[in-house]
Amino acid sequence: MNPQAIIDGLIAGSTIGLGAIGLTLTYSILRFANFTHGDFLAWGAYLTLTVAGVLGGLAAGLGAPVYPFSFGWGLPLAVLGGVALTVALTLGLDRILFRKLRARGADTIIIVMASFGASMALRSLLEFIFTAKPVYFTNALQIAKPLGLGMRATPDQLMVIGLTALMVLGLHLLVTHSATGRAMRAVSENPGLAGVYGVDVAKVVRVTWIIGAGMACIAGVMAGLLVQIRPYMGFDLLLPLFAAAILGGIGSIPGAMLGGLIIGLSEAFAVQIIGAEWRAAISFVILVIVLMLRPQGLFGRKEA
Amino acid sequence: MTALTLSDLQAGYDPDLPIVKGVSFTVSKGEAVCILGPNGAGKSTMIKAIAGLVPCFGGQVQLGETEVTGMPSHLLARNGVGFVPQTENIFTRLSIIENLQIAAQLLPKPERPRRIEAMLDMFPDLAARPRELAGALSGGQRQMLAAARALLTEPEVLMLDEPSAGLSPKLVGQVFETLRRISDTGVTLVLVEQNVRAALALTHRALVLVDGKLAHDGPTDVLHDGRFLGELFLGHRAAEAGR
Amino acid sequence: MELLAYAAFFLTIALTYAVICLGLNVQWGQTGLFNVGIAGFVGLGAYVSAALTTPDAAERIGGFDLHIALGWLAAMAAGAALALAVGLLTLRMRSDYLAITTFGIAVALQLVFQNTESLTGGAFGMAFIPRPFSGLQSEPFAFNVLNLALTALVVLVLYVLLEHLLRSPWGRALRAVREDEVAAQALGKNPVLLRIQAFALGGAIMALAGAVQAHFIGFIAPANYLPMMTFQVWAMLIVGGSGNNRGAILGAVLVWAIWALSGALISEIFPADQQARAASLQIVIIGVMLCAILLWRPQGILPEVRSVSRHLGHRNKDT
Repeated sequence: MNPQAIIDGLIAGSTIGLGAIGLTLTYSILRFANFTHGDFLAWGAYLTLTVAGVLGGLAAGLGAPVYPFSFGWGLPLAVLGGVALTVALTLGLDRILFRKLRARGADTIIIVMASFGASMALRSLLEFIFTAKPVYFTNALQIAKPLGLGMRATPDQLMVIGLTALMVLGLHLLVTHSATGRAMRAVSENPGLAGVYGVDVAKVVRVTWIIGAGMACIAGVMAGLLVQIRPYMGFDLLLPLFAAAILGGIGSIPGAMLGGLIIGLSEAFAVQIIGAEWRAAISFVILVIVLMLRPQGLFGRKEA
Repeated sequence: MTALTLSDLQAGYDPDLPIVKGVSFTVSKGEAVCILGPNGAGKSTMIKAIAGLVPCFGGQVQLGETEVTGMPSHLLARNGVGFVPQTENIFTRLSIIENLQIAAQLLPKPERPRRIEAMLDMFPDLAARPRELAGALSGGQRQMLAAARALLTEPEVLMLDEPSAGLSPKLVGQVFETLRRISDTGVTLVLVEQNVRAALALTHRALVLVDGKLAHDGPTDVLHDGRFLGELFLGHRAAEAGR
Repeated sequence: MELLAYAAFFLTIALTYAVICLGLNVQWGQTGLFNVGIAGFVGLGAYVSAALTTPDAAERIGGFDLHIALGWLAAMAAGAALALAVGLLTLRMRSDYLAITTFGIAVALQLVFQNTESLTGGAFGMAFIPRPFSGLQSEPFAFNVLNLALTALVVLVLYVLLEHLLRSPWGRALRAVREDEVAAQALGKNPVLLRIQAFALGGAIMALAGAVQAHFIGFIAPANYLPMMTFQVWAMLIVGGSGNNRGAILGAVLVWAIWALSGALISEIFPADQQARAASLQIVIIGVMLCAILLWRPQGILPEVRSVSRHLGHRNKDT
């Protein structure tokens, strides 16, 4: 077996894990399976691309690649803009759709259905605006450098893995040690009681969307940087995201990350063993196994 | 000085079927009031409506001079209402200290450690292992934590929904002893209770709610007469059955 | 005459969607189960029936040349079996796990349709699926009208059967479980068992719809069974009125008409090279419509008659 699968799996797993973190947080705090989350990744990538285009038009030097990466200073700057716009998109969607349904006391499953409808609309809107043709952040080619043991990776790929590790660590500390994190955990256990304790639940919901959208945007940019940007990229990631979130245990940030890595690695090995055309089935197989053996996930609580 | 005023309050889950059907009363500052009544009379719904957890359809709730009808629960907490629900009144997946820390967020930053310390002094059971998950506490200890959480912010009005439910007689005694100490510090207490005997030992005034309406409002001493109480509860039921 | 033939064709397709909607109505409208893998169940029915009834083909396994009716029956059995498996796996758990799992089923089946060339013909799909009344194919009007009549008959039979079933003690138990699981349990109903039964029945009906559609068109390919289809069917049921079988049929015809008309409109307005892009606007329209109905008229055009559904947004009681 080719050890390169480990690197490929870690890279794909980083994207899936980051995406799954946002999904698992909205799932545990807003209490519904959000089918639009995959589309937040795609929108994040396209919005960042748009901001990068505008920045490139303002200052041409920003696009020049900075050694050893394939992209210039323009991209990190554009990510800031992309994150802000993705956050605005999710908060806007919450305001016009999900919050109204919550306020009416609608059943969870109605909100899931609305997210399903919104997901279709958002994805098709991307296709209408940007067409189905794939686009790229950069045209620069990178040579993969040998890492030893027969594995190779490009500097971009290593940066993605490092950045993911940093963000997950930061987010984990935020949730376990800050007042905001405490409030988030309180709302995820019992929103009514959190209000009685004096927690502004609406604010916690906003914070959750902001974190989820920010992570989704960055994950989308990573996927776009390493592969390509397509309107369907988020939709294709949706099943891996759900599988990672459930595998890790709903609400658990380390769990979502670990779930993402497990799914990324399984996919990479499966591609080598049974062929690339079955890649998308791996998440489903893992999902079914988890539901059969340990429905609460690796780090989940029994009742979840 | 009035602490809490209800004027013709109507509340419930469905506007067509209010459970609280127009209740008015006033609680003075520092007073201890007990709300009694048969099962399903709407006591719990009323106290939840005051705390902002159940929608109000009509009437008013006033805190001192401020109208707070329909205010979200976290703003009520900020305005000095402490509420302890009957069940699920602590976060079991958070540690004891974290439960207190969340409530302490309502206070100015420099005061927080002092108030948390004060609560741990008041409830030594909680001070023993503050980093333990609250879910590991016994039933009585949970009620202690719930009370400590509510008292931490020094609320003007403290409302408790059946603090004795599910506790052994010995623990009930402890809980009411604690409530008496709290009451003695001048906190306004509003208590929903099924345990009439324990409640009457604590409070000076009782409100009896029957079928969503106030059936009695007065000093507790008449209620020590078992016949009076029975008539209030059963008499009304008999009248209902005859309807 | 040509227009009438087209109208018959249009209505036949719409009615095959009505069959799917009736299946979904058993799962969602009556039982409250959210299936996001409708396309998978429909596709399964189509492929099973096609494999059994097509003439022997050199390039793939299957092609047993059986009668169409046998294909239909086998499709239903396959749909029921798949739904049963999914139900056993997820129906004990919280409601959105079913949604995620069925979504995964549709993705996995799509891959099977694409990749197992020796069974399904791969991306090119399967052709020469026998069509009912195929002797009349040279006369499009008669052919289309007879097929319309056959499909309408399927819808009618299903409608009568389902209405009958829903008035039966079983149907009442189903709604009791949906409205108040704890109370229903106290009355001795087994909620999980009832849900699994309803889910399997709905799955069988969806698979039947897939078979009917495949035999009418005569040709199937994986691209027919994309998540798009799931989404259309949901829009149909929600628009028509979930819980109401007539609403399900009405919604199917109405949304299919909106779909066909908006498609025609787009091909009129946009230049040829922009049409693929503009077609995505159709999906946006349906998506926005679905959300708008959920927000402002969750009961749909024809609301459920017997009892108000708790799923439709009444505040949950928590006393």
